[in-house]
Amino acid sequence: MAITLSEAAAERVKRFLENRGAGVGVRLGVKTSGCSGMAYVLEFVDELNDDDEVFEDHGVKVIVDKKSLVYLDGTELDYGKEGLNEGFLFKNPNVKDECGCGESFTV
Amino acid sequence: MAFLQIAEPGQSDAPHQHRLAAGIDLGTTNSLVATVRSGVAETLPDEDGEHLLPSVVRYTPDGVIVGAAARDAGVEDPHNTIASVKRLIGRGVDDLKTLGDALPYRFVDSGSAVPRIQTVAGPVSAVEVSAEILRVLAQRAEKTLGGELTGVVITVPAYFDDAQRQATKDAAKLAGLKVFRLLNEPTAAAVAYGLDREADGVHAIYDLGGGTFDISVLRLNRGVFEVMATGGDSALGGDDFDRAVAGWIMQQAGIGGDAAPGLLRALMDKARAAKEALAGRASVPVAVDLPDGGKWEGQLDRETFNTLVDPLIRKTISACRRALRDAGVTPEEVKDVVMVGGSTRALRVREKVGEFFGTEPLVDIDPDRVVAIGAALQADVLAGNKPEDEMLLLDVIPLSLGIETMGGLVEKIIPRNTTIPVARAQEFTTLKDGQTAMAIHVLQGERELVSDCRTLARFELRGIPPMVAGAARIRVTFSVDADGLLHVEAEELSQGVKADIEVKPSYGLTDEEIADMLKSSIEHAGEDLEARRLAEQKVEAARVVEALQSALAADGDELLDGNERERVEAALDELRRVAESATDAEAIKRSIGALEKTCEFYVERRMNSNIRKAMAGHKVDEFE
Repeated sequence: MAITLSEAAAERVKRFLENRGAGVGVRLGVKTSGCSGMAYVLEFVDELNDDDEVFEDHGVKVIVDKKSLVYLDGTELDYGKEGLNEGFLFKNPNVKDECGCGESFTV
Repeated sequence: MAFLQIAEPGQSDAPHQHRLAAGIDLGTTNSLVATVRSGVAETLPDEDGEHLLPSVVRYTPDGVIVGAAARDAGVEDPHNTIASVKRLIGRGVDDLKTLGDALPYRFVDSGSAVPRIQTVAGPVSAVEVSAEILRVLAQRAEKTLGGELTGVVITVPAYFDDAQRQATKDAAKLAGLKVFRLLNEPTAAAVAYGLDREADGVHAIYDLGGGTFDISVLRLNRGVFEVMATGGDSALGGDDFDRAVAGWIMQQAGIGGDAAPGLLRALMDKARAAKEALAGRASVPVAVDLPDGGKWEGQLDRETFNTLVDPLIRKTISACRRALRDAGVTPEEVKDVVMVGGSTRALRVREKVGEFFGTEPLVDIDPDRVVAIGAALQADVLAGNKPEDEMLLLDVIPLSLGIETMGGLVEKIIPRNTTIPVARAQEFTTLKDGQTAMAIHVLQGERELVSDCRTLARFELRGIPPMVAGAARIRVTFSVDADGLLHVEAEELSQGVKADIEVKPSYGLTDEEIADMLKSSIEHAGEDLEARRLAEQKVEAARVVEALQSALAADGDELLDGNERERVEAALDELRRVAESATDAEAIKRSIGALEKTCEFYVERRMNSNIRKAMAGHKVDEFE
């Protein structure tokens, strides 16, 4: 089981954590709801929970709870840009189907 | 493609429900929009990388132009190009008598209290002009953030009276924006410097913008800013610096006060350019084309500039002195002076302000952007994107609240840890043709299946007008008030039939029970995933069966012979049987695939028959 970060994503996360001045890493997760089943969660982490797994890639700690890991195993977090809009992208091999915008998905 | 931003712990949103918020600094000369992304507040540039949007609106017969293009056209089209409209917003006709002479606009004598400017596009009010600027900024934010804004914080000078504040809100409304609140510019600046997180003390905000000067004395008391005193002049700013320099040029070049509006504006632009250049150099050349075809050239040095602007700076310093007296503090008691507004780039201003307060002014954050950044931080808080400890005392929902959907699944409407009060709505639809009622089963818990969650309430929505499956739109709204009372309402949107119920979600649950429910959702993640897949496939199978049955009822006899019909029905029965007994999602999926394959010819025939019906009675050339 593993979660990875692209170099671009790792750099951004590092920068954002630095700017924030606190936090141990970034949390990747899923929750149910959304237009096609599941939705991604992307948050800063200040404290670890008991059920968290911690991965490290490019010097950034990625925290995933056990419940989410089932849906996210093998995911690479990437960073992209399109026009004025930019942000993080989940490259999740478990996804069978996504809603048009890619914000939610089914497995 | 959706780009995600990193949220604060426990604050990520459901998809398509991002609480996008922006801070807008609606300035006299320039306006800005800023937002918080992944914890960083920054102003947003347009496609050309420009952050500042000149607050200039030009009306043309073909439409409205906002920004640099409008400003640049000001010289050739002064009557239709409206700049510094913030000076007019919320002002009455009488107020204009003191300002009007300096403005190159044609005011309409409408007899109403609101002055209107005559343009080629008709008369426009200051509110309408401001709305154009807000609209452009909001569009920029929405393009950058990839979604609609939930709300904005717009900053206004501390000096704005009620009429001016109301007019600013009206402009936002006209631009289609929801205003979370208007924020005083000095408070925004203090927030941008993070002074709200520092030790208690007195701070002064010196804001010399294009058109307004504000001095505010704030006291930070246990994390809250109290305004001790404000002062200033709502008609003094960098524009007046420009005017002083322009006056000097006119005097030097021998241009009279009756010069054409176009020339006056060109002079103002020259003056501003010279002023800005002087921040980096001791002396700058100035050249002006004269109306008689000649040319005047000269040098403006820092000393001359200082003599021109010193009377204006002195005015601001007297206002500072008055404000401190009103607040009952001495200059020595002021811990920090925050510099705001592009005009504080002028070294002379920094020098004089530093001298008066006896402290080096804060200039680290771009003085043009500092207010917008503070507004963005505030908007982020008001949109609900900050964890609880950074907000006022708020309560959270201990367990997710949702309703039952087909297949015994729970659709969460309000996720756990959401701060209350809160209201969330989601739309649902009918599963069967002609369905006229819907049972709403309100549940609480983190698990995927209804059987693993706790029932809070059940009620029915009746009187849904008969429609085909999937056409009805039922909005279910969950709202939890500050006391934790849950109110669920279901409304059919075409006819407006409603039903609702009230419950107290935390009733009877102890902390241990809540903890157990959370723990089991983690332990059962794997089987919940399987269960969810199975349930989803079962619903899909039921939907396919339903659709095929209604198709058969409609035209099965007409399009299929006995043999074919038997085949289709056999496949249909097979899927029904599999869906009922299967414990494996894949088996149902395969069976749905098989049914679809068997029915391919039938679907094709239905399509052809529909096209034939649609075309009957028309000539071929009508479809060309």
